[in-house]
Amino acid sequence: MSLDLTPPQLSATEEARRQIEICNACRYCEGFCAVFPAMTRERAFADGDLTQLANLCHNCRGCYYACQYTAPHEFALNIPAALAEVRVDSWERLARPQALARLFQTHGVAMAGALVVALAAFFWALAALRPETGAGFYAYLAHNTLVAIFVPAFLLPLALIGLSLRDYWREVGGGRVRLSHVLRAFDSAARMKNLSGGHGEGCNFEEGDRFSDRRRVFHQLMMYGFLLCFASTASGTVLHYGFGWEAPYPLLSPPKILGVPGGVMMLAGTAGLVWLKLRATAALGAVRVWGGEMAFILLLGAIAATGLALYGASGTALVGPLLAVHLATVMVLFLLMPFSKMVHGFFRLAALVAEAGKPAPAGGGE
Amino acid sequence: MKDWPETFDLAVVGGGNAALCAAITAAEAGASVLVLEGAPAPYRGGNSRHTRNFRCMHRGPMFPLTGAYEEEEYLHDLMLVTKGKTDEGLARLAIRSSEECLPWMQAHGVRFQPSLSGTLSLSRTNAFFLGGGKALVNAYYNTAADLGVKIAYDAQVSHVHLDGDRIAWAEAEIAGHPVTVQARAFVLASGGFQADLDWLARAWGPAARNFLIRGTPYNRGVVLRDMLDQGADSVGDPTQCHAVAIDGRAPKYDGGIVTRLDCVPFSIVVNRNGDRFYDEGEDVWPKRYAIWGRLVAAQPDQVGYALIDAKSIDLFMPSVFPPVKADTIEGLAAQMNLDPQAVRRTVDGFNAACRPGPFHPTELDGLRTEGLEIAKTNWARPLDTPPFYGYQLRPGVTFTYLGLKVDARAQVHTAAGPIRNLWAAGEIMAGSILGQGYLAGFGMTIGTVFGRIAGKEAAAHVA
Ligand SMILES: Cc1cc2nc3c(=O)[nH]c(=O)nc-3n(C[C@H](O)[C@H](O)[C@H](O)COP(=O)(O)OP(=O)(O)OC[C@H]3O[C@@H](n4cnc5c(N)ncnc54)[C@H](O)[C@@H]3O)c2cc1C
Ligand code: SF4
Ligand code: SF4
Repeated sequence: MSLDLTPPQLSATEEARRQIEICNACRYCEGFCAVFPAMTRERAFADGDLTQLANLCHNCRGCYYACQYTAPHEFALNIPAALAEVRVDSWERLARPQALARLFQTHGVAMAGALVVALAAFFWALAALRPETGAGFYAYLAHNTLVAIFVPAFLLPLALIGLSLRDYWREVGGGRVRLSHVLRAFDSAARMKNLSGGHGEGCNFEEGDRFSDRRRVFHQLMMYGFLLCFASTASGTVLHYGFGWEAPYPLLSPPKILGVPGGVMMLAGTAGLVWLKLRATAALGAVRVWGGEMAFILLLGAIAATGLALYGASGTALVGPLLAVHLATVMVLFLLMPFSKMVHGFFRLAALVAEAGKPAPAGGGE
Repeated sequence: MKDWPETFDLAVVGGGNAALCAAITAAEAGASVLVLEGAPAPYRGGNSRHTRNFRCMHRGPMFPLTGAYEEEEYLHDLMLVTKGKTDEGLARLAIRSSEECLPWMQAHGVRFQPSLSGTLSLSRTNAFFLGGGKALVNAYYNTAADLGVKIAYDAQVSHVHLDGDRIAWAEAEIAGHPVTVQARAFVLASGGFQADLDWLARAWGPAARNFLIRGTPYNRGVVLRDMLDQGADSVGDPTQCHAVAIDGRAPKYDGGIVTRLDCVPFSIVVNRNGDRFYDEGEDVWPKRYAIWGRLVAAQPDQVGYALIDAKSIDLFMPSVFPPVKADTIEGLAAQMNLDPQAVRRTVDGFNAACRPGPFHPTELDGLRTEGLEIAKTNWARPLDTPPFYGYQLRPGVTFTYLGLKVDARAQVHTAAGPIRNLWAAGEIMAGSILGQGYLAGFGMTIGTVFGRIAGKEAAAHVA
């Protein structure tokens, strides 16, 4: 029998605690982001404190390149990776059912598999449920059928996320939420303040220790593009029910004015984020979810691409198959919201709101 | 031995703050520059990578500095810590030039942040680097690379050949291969010798082998020794080093800032025999920080033990390693391999000498013991509230004082006069200004000011 002499493996939380305690005795990185000022409130870090710090971290990596204690130094600091592990763990732990979260966070292949299943389902639906009447893509799938499928597919995952966030709030000891906290959180997210590097020149993602704003730019293209597309769909619903104005919509209508630029922005954002992710050092993030994250970006890109193609293909025979593909991608996105990178937005916002509700850190002197 | 294929205008020995300031300044003036950094790339940047701020003169608020800090006050602060052991001309030069350093540093990629939590007292005098010294070093390496400066890592210079009044060549081992480097001018910025424990032991005594080195293991004073052997003028006390009391569990080298302990004013500190040896409450910690290295170094085995009770454990910056913890004084002593009875006696004696009165952790509160041979003159509260905590203290060396004597142009001399193509900057010449003591943030000021002067002079020499 041989003796195992390797040091005991720390759990993600224990490893993050080990590292954060070193930071708390150093504090050189205080100006990069919200994590370090928040850290200075504590002397000892409960699991919930680490969950909160991890969800505040935007993985800008500034604190990795600035750290005098990264490997080969024996302290072996890698805060961006340590916090990424805790963050992903927290999403999995707080999601329900957890097994799904573990599967889809980690495996791009699983996400692709889900997509194939959804595709098959929509092709079947198109064939089986083809309405008698209807214009544009409603000629293929009736509006009511669409609503009947998508409203629950959207709301149920949201409800699951709501439950996760409630548990999150309990775990991190969040206080009473005030409007000012929410506004501050939204302001921070709207500008991606925590990816600014503290000096406004961005983060250390794709060019080693040089700062670059590309990640912030591409992320915002993606986020605002997504929100525009979402607003486009919502405006269509309002027109449909409120004004009896049914699709297809002309170019100068709210759904298209919002949706076309939104789709283009999402596409640009996807391309940029994929490029950045391929250039960035994987070891400074949560390595095990790299595949799942990449698949998630590609899924968003596919939604935008098929959505735009659908506009372009208006009136042609391609509408049917494109519609099936587009709806399948949207369906997968919705259904996997609680189990994919999509949850990051919800948890981040929750973390920012919780942070805004805490007493101001001692930063700048005691 | 192989020759480096190119002849450079300037070869810079070292790869920390002073070296990079010199390299960047010379490259901007049009010189071709080679930087010889003795450390491998992940450890580049010497002690500069451990720093957090530099001390900067300014006449009014200037981000990130508050208020004003003018020449006379700065000089006064320097005189206080060096007890007058400074070259006033060079000191004033460093102080005056520090003002233009801040914008220069920003223009070359360094970013600043407001003074860190727990360091409000420095917000007026010291400008903090965003991300600390390693971020500064990274910014300078990027700037240097963009200017076409060549950088050789793992390039340890062993000899800088003095021929008459000029340096003819330098010998280095680059990634294990001996190489001769030809250049028209040389800047030496290779730091002090504190990482050479043999040298420290010769200077200080065998006790020095128990010292911990707070910074890089690569500053072994090889080039300093080589220059002194060739007759270069020296300055600074060869037997002295700057040492502070740090966590005894710190790594032998490179533990950096996190191993410091700020607990002494709220502790009693005993030696291996369980006896107190100095007034722990003499002054506020920033003013007494630097004497405790020496105090601990003078104790048997060069070790001290700070003992704290539950009342005081939250009053200072968190430590990097958790303290030893026990419910009784005897238990704490036993865990720290001290004689429980001896420590008990010391604590009982101390507790009996404490007097009631108001306690103010942030100011001199005059809460002192009465009747002890070694009084504690502030913050003296009995150790009576479990759990009890303990830290082992050891001397941690920051830098050495012996260096090359330079003039206002950063030029190195021998008895025969200036060496025409040799300049020195940073810790290797800091003894010219810091004869003893230390002023927080002045090391980086000296490196930046004299690095820039050296780079400018060297570029002018080869132009
Ligand atoms: C933990 C710690 C914290 C500090 N904090 C501060 C602070 O906040 N502010 C401040 O002003 N000062 C601080 N100091 C002091 C400060 O680090 C020094 O004054 C300053 O870094 C000196 O800069 P330098 O460029 O001269 O030397 P260094 O930065 O030490 O650079 C010396 C370089 O020379 C290289 N080298 C050595 N020998 C050879 C050789 N033979 N051949 C080739 N290369 C060689 C080394 O690898 C290194 O790159 C601190 C020191 C320590 C240890
Ligand atoms: S990441 Fe490194 S440099 Fe930054 S605060 Fe932590 S220990 Fe200090
Ligand atoms: S990676 Fe960036 S956001 Fe995360 S803790 Fe470090 S500096 Fe902050």
